[in-house]
This record gives sequence, structure tokens and C-alpha cells, in this order.
Amino acid sequence: MEQSQAIVRYEDTAIRGFAVMTVVWGIVGMLVGVWIAAELLWPQLNMDIPYLTYSRLRPLHTNAVIFAFGGSALFATSYWCVQRTCRAALFLPKLANFTFWGWNLVILLAAITLPLGITQGKEYAELEWPIDILIAIVWVSYAVVFFGTIAKRTVSHIYVANWFFGAFILAVALLHIVNSAAIPISLWKSYSAYSGATDAMVEWWYGHNAVGFFLTAGFLGMMYYYVPKQVGKPIYSYRLSIVHFWSLIAVYMWAGPHHLHYTALPDWVQSLGMVFSLILFAPSWGGMINGIMTLSGAWHKLREDPILKFLIVSLSFYGMSTFEGPMMSIKTVNALSHYTDWGIGHVHSGALGWVAMISIGSMYALIPKAFGRPGMYSTKAINLHFWMSTVGTVMYITAMWSAGLMQGLMWRATEADGTLTYSFIESLKATYPFYAVRLAGGLVFFSGMLVMAWNVWRTLATPAPKPIATTAGAHA
Amino acid sequence: MSAFWSDWVIVITFAMMGGCLWLLFGNSRGKPGESTDHVWDDDLREFNNPLPRWWFNVFVLTVIFGAGYLAFYPGLGNLGGRLGWTSTKQMQAKLDELTARRHAAFAALAGKDIPALAKDPSAQSLGRAVFLGNCAGCHGADARGAVGFPNLTDKDWLYGGSPEAIVETIAHGRHGIMPPIGLGLTADARQALLDFVPFWSDTTLDPAKREAGMRQFAITCAPCHGADGKGNQALGSPNLTDDIWLFKGGREGVGDTIMKGRQSTMPAHENILTPDEIRVVAAYVYGLSHQDGESQP
Repeated sequence: MEQSQAIVRYEDTAIRGFAVMTVVWGIVGMLVGVWIAAELLWPQLNMDIPYLTYSRLRPLHTNAVIFAFGGSALFATSYWCVQRTCRAALFLPKLANFTFWGWNLVILLAAITLPLGITQGKEYAELEWPIDILIAIVWVSYAVVFFGTIAKRTVSHIYVANWFFGAFILAVALLHIVNSAAIPISLWKSYSAYSGATDAMVEWWYGHNAVGFFLTAGFLGMMYYYVPKQVGKPIYSYRLSIVHFWSLIAVYMWAGPHHLHYTALPDWVQSLGMVFSLILFAPSWGGMINGIMTLSGAWHKLREDPILKFLIVSLSFYGMSTFEGPMMSIKTVNALSHYTDWGIGHVHSGALGWVAMISIGSMYALIPKAFGRPGMYSTKAINLHFWMSTVGTVMYITAMWSAGLMQGLMWRATEADGTLTYSFIESLKATYPFYAVRLAGGLVFFSGMLVMAWNVWRTLATPAPKPIATTAGAHA
Repeated sequence: MSAFWSDWVIVITFAMMGGCLWLLFGNSRGKPGESTDHVWDDDLREFNNPLPRWWFNVFVLTVIFGAGYLAFYPGLGNLGGRLGWTSTKQMQAKLDELTARRHAAFAALAGKDIPALAKDPSAQSLGRAVFLGNCAGCHGADARGAVGFPNLTDKDWLYGGSPEAIVETIAHGRHGIMPPIGLGLTADARQALLDFVPFWSDTTLDPAKREAGMRQFAITCAPCHGADGKGNQALGSPNLTDDIWLFKGGREGVGDTIMKGRQSTMPAHENILTPDEIRVVAAYVYGLSHQDGESQP
């Protein structure tokens, strides 16, 4: 093809920044997670300092791992993927650099305001209105850079990874702006523009689609680039990607009400949420099938390549949690699982098993390329990290599943005389051993991130053997 | 919901389900191993394999299940579904069932006095449930109390441990006040008290200190706590001779008590619990310190 003769100079500055910050924020976010897991076991660990109480550190943990760690990984990989697959340099590279500094400023402000107790009180949307405005500005800039790059592409077809990245960027802009609408009464306090059950519905429309678009569509984009790259084989089915892409993004928008089963939300909304959550099962699995089947005929590569292990095992966890999710949305199951640690187990099988592992695998593939190194410093360390991540995740989620199931059964147990068998405090006491296993699992996963930090540091400390390859086509 | 919005919900629900099926069936053909001939980034290619059959079927089945569910349960706007199910009805049915079981259990206990209820396993089970739901927050799930909240398993009673006194405490509440009486004393007088009161039950205490302490106690404390220090259940003033401390014991704890005073409130429950519930929870509390064998100190 003629266009491949043209030399394109890719813009990778923001990518390098985001790649390094993925590791940094991963460590920070997971350390806070480990700390609050320990606080549940030993509450005195908050040392009577209000800034270190569970209630304030918990939103810091979720924001840091989702938006700081996951967000940085998504920025880095989407900027990398969109340039290479469009064979075009980033549109407005300075604006891309602005998204790097702006996004990190958002995270820094979150790390300051959340421990101070400044919050809108909406889960995953805690940040107060001035920070929300900054997020909106950064996010719109991200959209401009991304879609601008798509617009100036020199290949005719838009690669499937970019569909997912694009849907993720558009949907998150929409979700964030609508859900964060609020009336400020001072610099650090505002009230939601919605009230009552409507407010709850808007919040979980946002909350579940944060899962659907930020944590699913975005990372599927990552998957669609790095799995075929790492395997060296074609994507299994273009047709499957069309069907599951459109059905996924359309149906996800309906699933939010399953977070509000048996609440003041009208029954008909709850039913629709449940029905579409069940229908969401096949669209979700489409991505897993397409990723794993890409490996068919090349299974032996799993033995040699720990990066591929990360990618494929993450898809397995993805499949597991997207099966579990629809099941938990069924009202009768939800009546048992809701408000228990089962939810925490479900979230972490997605967050650790899927989101973190696909990000880690992708970073191991991206970092040497973005910094012009022949490969990661130590493949053995990647392998060690892989096993730590897998073992940590399994320990974590089995502990929380067991705890949740037990809590659900204890809370609903009644005596022959119609009274409750257990008090809440008794179920809490029974949960302690599971909290200990969860802490241990989290600690193992977190330690894996330290292995990664060492490996990345050693990789970057090794001088580049040749000028950084930021061009394409020269060797074609 | 107005008829317009109800119709709107129905239309977009079916449009969404129909759209999924259209997308599925529209892409259902294809040959294994087919390729799209697209290439990106030097080596990214795509096969165009057909949709896995089992996946296709699962997708269709979930849509059919969804449509079926919406025929029987609320979901399609104002159409309530064929079963007439609502979450309110489901909750009410469960509540009615539990309430009926509760009434039956209470009916079986009618006419029994509190000592008898304390020996009745079914009354104890009911009483424990009331206790865990209403009392455990302050007195602990094991009823052993905490600083400022009395232990209910021992024989030390602030306001009396008779069945009538316990019912009175639960129904009408109590309000205990210890004034900061040490503020008006000389340093020597305070010292005399603090050298003695925290160690009343200690038989090895220096007799001179005991004597000096007793002298000051008779003037300052005896009006409420009694000349013998055994307290007064009419006032709720604690017995100071048994080494059981509602707040903190020791020189420091008692020092805080006399210098800062103490306040403690047991809230009235007559408007929170039914008379039946008060009876069984009183019996439960009574039973905690009247176990068979009476072996507790």
C-alpha cells in the first residue's frame, strides 16, 4: 500500500508520562486499599486521625485505582493504539500533554480533598464541583485529541480497538457531565441537581456505566490491540466484534437499576434493569470469545510469554465477572447478595482480575516500545508478578464471596417465632477471618506491583540501544 | 406515569430488544476462516469467523427470557405484568408471615411472670432478638456493657434487679447524674477520697488511709452513696465497695468522676417496644444474672 511508505512521526510524550504514572498510581491506590482492608481488621489503625478513617480513605482507594491507575493505563494505550492503527500522529499533541498534566492534577486534588472529607457523597463521583469541572475540561480535550487523530487517519478502516476507546471516551463524558450536575453553595460544597429516587437512579446510571464504559469498553479497546499484537495472529471474528460492540454499548445503558433492587425506585425500572442486565451477558462475553479465540492455534505461546498470560487470564476473570454480574442482577439472587461483601468480591474479580491484569500486561508490552528499549529488563520478574497477581486475586475474591454468602444468609435467618436469628454485630464478627484472608490476598497483589515498579525502573535505567522508534513505515 | 411516557418506555424497550436480534440475525452468516483483508499497524489483521452458535443461542434466549419476564412482571411502563406482582406486596406478605409467627409466639407466653419467662426457651429467644435489636448497641451483644454502660450479666444493679425494677428501667428509662463534687473540695480532702474510694474493696489498704477517707466520705459522698458506700438504688448511685466501676476505676478514673461529674441516660422504650416485647426483654435481662446454679459472683 502506498500510504505505508509515508513516514509518520508519532507523538509519544504523553504516553510515556501516563505509562509511568500507571505504575505509580497503581501502587498508591492499592496501598490505600491494603490499608483500609487492614483497618477493617484493626480499626485502631486509623490512629484516631480523621483523615485516615475508613470512610475517607475508601473513596480515595476507589478513585485512585479506577481513575488514576486505570485511567492512566487507558490514556497511554489509547494514545498509542489510535496513532499506530490510524497511521497518523496525535491530533494536537500539546493538548494531549495537557490531558496528562490535567488528569494528574485531578488525581492530586482527589488525594487532598477526599481525606479532608470534601465529597459529593455519590459513589465513584465523590469529587466536588470545581474538580468535576476540571475533569470535564480534561475529558473533552481527550476526546478532541482522540477523535481528531481518527479524523486524520491515513488508513480507511477504523480498527476495532478504536471503536471501544471512542465509545468509552464519549460515554464517560456524557455520564460525568450529567451525573455531576450540582448546585454549588461554596467552593467545596454543592448539592445534586436531582433529588430522591431520581438522584439515586442518575447516580447508578452513571455508576454502572462507569463500570460498563470506563472499566469494560475502555479495557476491551486495550485488549483488542494488545492480544492480537502479542499473539501475532488475526482477531478471531470481525463479525463478532460488530455484534458485541453495538449490543454492549446499547444494552449497558439500561443496566443501572439493578443497583437499586428493592428500594424506592419504581418496580418497573427495577425489572427493566434486571432484564437488560441478563441480556448483557452475551454481548459481554463476545469480547472474551474474540480475545481468547484469537489464540487458537497458538496456545503454546502462553507457556513462554508472561505478558500473554496476563492478557489471557485477565480475559478469563472478565468472563467470570460478566457472568456473575447478570446473575447478581436477578432480583432473588440480589436479595441475598446486595449490601454484602459478595459485591466487593464481584467488583474485585473485575477490578483485580480483569482491569488491573489487562493493564499490567499491556504496560509490559507498551513500556519498552514507548521508551525505545528492546524489552522489559526481567521476563522472570513479569512471570513472578503474574503469579502474585493471580494468587492475590483468587485469595481476595474467594474470601469475599464466602463472606458475602455467609452475611446474606445470616442477615435473613429467622427463628420459628419470627425474630431474626443474628444481630448485625454477630455477622460482622463472623466475617473477621475472611477479612484476614482478603487482606493477605490484597497484600500479595500489591507486592506484585512493587515487583513491576522495580522491573520498570531497571528497564528505564538501561540505556536505549538506538534512537527511540517513534516513526512507522520506514521499514515497510 | 402519563400514558405518553408509558408508551415511550414500551416502545424503546422493544426497540432495544428487536435491535439486538436484528444485529444478531443480520450477522449470522459467514464462513469459518474468512478474512477481512484489513491490515493495521503492520500486523494487525482480522478473521471474519461466524458467530459461535452457542453464543448466538444464549443471546437469543436471554432476549426471549427478558420479553417473557416483562409479560409477567412490571416493566413495560404502566402495564403491571400478568402476575400483579409488586415489591410492596412481596414485602408485606413476608412481614405478615413473620408478624403472625411472632404473635403466636407471644400468645403462648401470655400470663407467665418474668421469672417464669426467664426459664422459658421460647421467651428467651424472643427476648434475645429484642435485646440484639434494641439494647446491644450500648450494652453489647453479650450484655457485658462498656464504659458508661452497665454490665447486665452480674448481680450489681444501679436501679434494682427485681423484675419490676427492670421493667421500669426499660419502659421509662433512667437518668443518672454524678455532680462534679470534687470541685468544691480542698486538695487534701480530694486526696483523702482518692487514696481510699478506688481501693475500698482492697483489704490490704493502709488503715490510716481508709480511716481518713471514710471521714471525708461521710461528709461528701454518703448522702447519695450511703454511709457504708453501698449506693442507693432509689437514686441509681452505684455501690462503691465492690470493685465494679461503671466508668473508670483507679485513682485516675475516680478522680475524673469527682472532678468532671458523670451523666448517663437509659432511654425510655415504652413508645419503641410493645408491652409484650418489654416483658420478654426484661425476662431475658433478668435471666442473664439468674442462671441455674446461681454460680456467678
